[in-house]
Amino acid sequence: MQELLVISGKGGTGKTSLAAAFAVLARDKVLVDCDVDAADLHLLLRPQIQSSNEFWGMPKAFINAEDCNKCGLCQEACRFGAIEDYHVNPHLCEGCGVCSRLCPAGAVVMRDHLAGYWYVAHTPYGPMVHAQLGIAEDNSGKLVTVVRQAGRELARERGLNLIIIDGPPGIGCPVIAALSGVSLALVVTEPTVAGHHDLERIMQLAGHFRVPVEVCINKFDLAPAKSREIEEYCRAQGVEVISKIPFDEEVAWAVSRGVPLVQPRGGSRGGAARAVRSLWEKLAERLDVLARRPGH
Amino acid sequence: MRVAVASGKGGTGKTTIAVNLALALEGKVPVRFLDCDVEEPNAHLFLKPTFDHERVVSIPVPDVEEAKCTVCKKCGEVCAFNAIAVAGGKVVTFPELCHGCGACARFCPSQAIRERSHRIGILATGRAGSVTFVQGKMDVGTPLAPPLIKAVKKEMGSEEAVIIDAPPGTSCPVVTSVDGSDFCLLVTEPTPFGLHDLKLAVGMVRELGIPCGVIVNRATLGDFHVERYCYEEGIPVLLKIPFDRRYAACYSQGDCLVKVYPEWVPVFADLWRQVERMVKRGARALGNQR
Amino acid sequence: MKVAITAQGPNLDSPVEPRFGRCPYFILMDTEKNTVEAIANEGAGSGGGAGIAASQALINRGVKAVITGQVGPKAIRVLQEAGIRVYHATSMTVRAALEQWQQGKLTEIS
Repeated sequence: MQELLVISGKGGTGKTSLAAAFAVLARDKVLVDCDVDAADLHLLLRPQIQSSNEFWGMPKAFINAEDCNKCGLCQEACRFGAIEDYHVNPHLCEGCGVCSRLCPAGAVVMRDHLAGYWYVAHTPYGPMVHAQLGIAEDNSGKLVTVVRQAGRELARERGLNLIIIDGPPGIGCPVIAALSGVSLALVVTEPTVAGHHDLERIMQLAGHFRVPVEVCINKFDLAPAKSREIEEYCRAQGVEVISKIPFDEEVAWAVSRGVPLVQPRGGSRGGAARAVRSLWEKLAERLDVLARRPGH
Repeated sequence: MRVAVASGKGGTGKTTIAVNLALALEGKVPVRFLDCDVEEPNAHLFLKPTFDHERVVSIPVPDVEEAKCTVCKKCGEVCAFNAIAVAGGKVVTFPELCHGCGACARFCPSQAIRERSHRIGILATGRAGSVTFVQGKMDVGTPLAPPLIKAVKKEMGSEEAVIIDAPPGTSCPVVTSVDGSDFCLLVTEPTPFGLHDLKLAVGMVRELGIPCGVIVNRATLGDFHVERYCYEEGIPVLLKIPFDRRYAACYSQGDCLVKVYPEWVPVFADLWRQVERMVKRGARALGNQR
Repeated sequence: MKVAITAQGPNLDSPVEPRFGRCPYFILMDTEKNTVEAIANEGAGSGGGAGIAASQALINRGVKAVITGQVGPKAIRVLQEAGIRVYHATSMTVRAALEQWQQGKLTEIS
């Protein structure tokens, strides 16, 4: 079983639109949306939810006002500044449990905490796992892990050998959870100073976790000079830019209508659509090569 | 006044808005800029500050003194983050999983655990023109953003205009960045993605009790659903910026809209005044309630 | 001697689970008493360090050998520290993995 992660470092580079296009073009796969904080893939793939599952985050501290003798020990000990006036701010509590162990009156309890939901769904392009983390929640890394695990189980059950993952932005906890152990990561960048800057950081992260990387530049023609600079940077890292996708209003238009840019047969012949099709062919080839690698 | 610039979806132009706002106010009022997007800090690429002070930000992680350790396993039991294991008669620690809660040191019955600093990133301060600039930059491979964001926010200062560039999304790092602001500008784009993620962001600021307004970027590349949603929810749309290849080119080079196209200066200055009025009105409304 | 096999289900005929830290079950076999026991892996849903939590659980039960697909670098450090030997097995049932291990046919992961 192989896992292809589409990732970007910087947000808004077109990661989800590409993942949706691959969902259309690839055969025998499971789709997984690991951008659990702002999941958008379902807006294009229109899943029908088959099962909805609760996601429990780290437990959070709660102070029973009746038992609290206001000694203030918990407040002093909390390293996260989560306790004020004998009251826990759930947004700041990280669930370490120090306060609860320390409370002489037994007034602080650790409560399980419903932090979101994850779904197994059916789409016209294959099974899909996605999630929604509750607003203002932490533990997105943990939810990413849960969603990936569900995706792998689904693939195993249905005998599908490819998982396409839409990754979260950034380089923090959820990204690390999405990246570790995937077969290949496609980094989608854009020809801007910010795009270049974030590309360097996500490449370092992929290197850190020894994940093979391909890079594609989206909307490359909006700033050709910047695109060349990124290509040179990649070359210096020993990576050839696998694809350059032109700016095409058709992409925004497809997103607005809530449909993927490409269709299995026919569909758009626009510049972006053509580039995306050829990108997918190259990626499929690369995945084949990786699958045949000894030790796999 | 502290104004956070956030967006549910990444890449909507959050940093662009924050940076141009800072530049439009520069010289008119004292401005401080906090880049809280510590995973991918980008504002410095546009404001090009000179940093005069850098310090390492760390969290406290356990350091076990083997001579005192009785291998009682208490530290492993109290660690909620799986950062400690006790194996083969010794304590094995994993600083990269540690949240720095201090439980292990506090509850060790033989005081065998002291805490040492474990680096998670860099806090840099400097100046961009007359703007005071503060940036947190997380080390690659570190999973823990909130302690670094808190370090950035400790450099809050008392300038008349404090602008906070928040990370994308609605989860814990975003909440840490936005919490305590007087107002939150939510930047979005007029697409189903933009709308979906805007709704999440609105939910977040409402949960925190912070008033908000919306900025629609690339307003000519999409549909009207975002504006309809704002109207229905009573959220003011404070600014719309059209898509323009010239603006895209300017951004891609790390240039700022208000510098290259000065006609945008009054627009951003006015945005600030609108926000100021709303915050004052809100404060008055609160005063009236009491 | 106690050996633990990572398993997708709670019995000997379940397939070996390739992941160590996030396996649903461990099948524990005591080769001296010839007993078999299935335990749920409570750390499977941990945010981070699932492999560390799983290693600790096995250490606390006195396990001396582990049979699994892949082990992460953190977990392997803990297991090695405890002197637990780790053997590689995939695409077979727990029963088959145990037989092959007893015949010395599984390779050791280090």
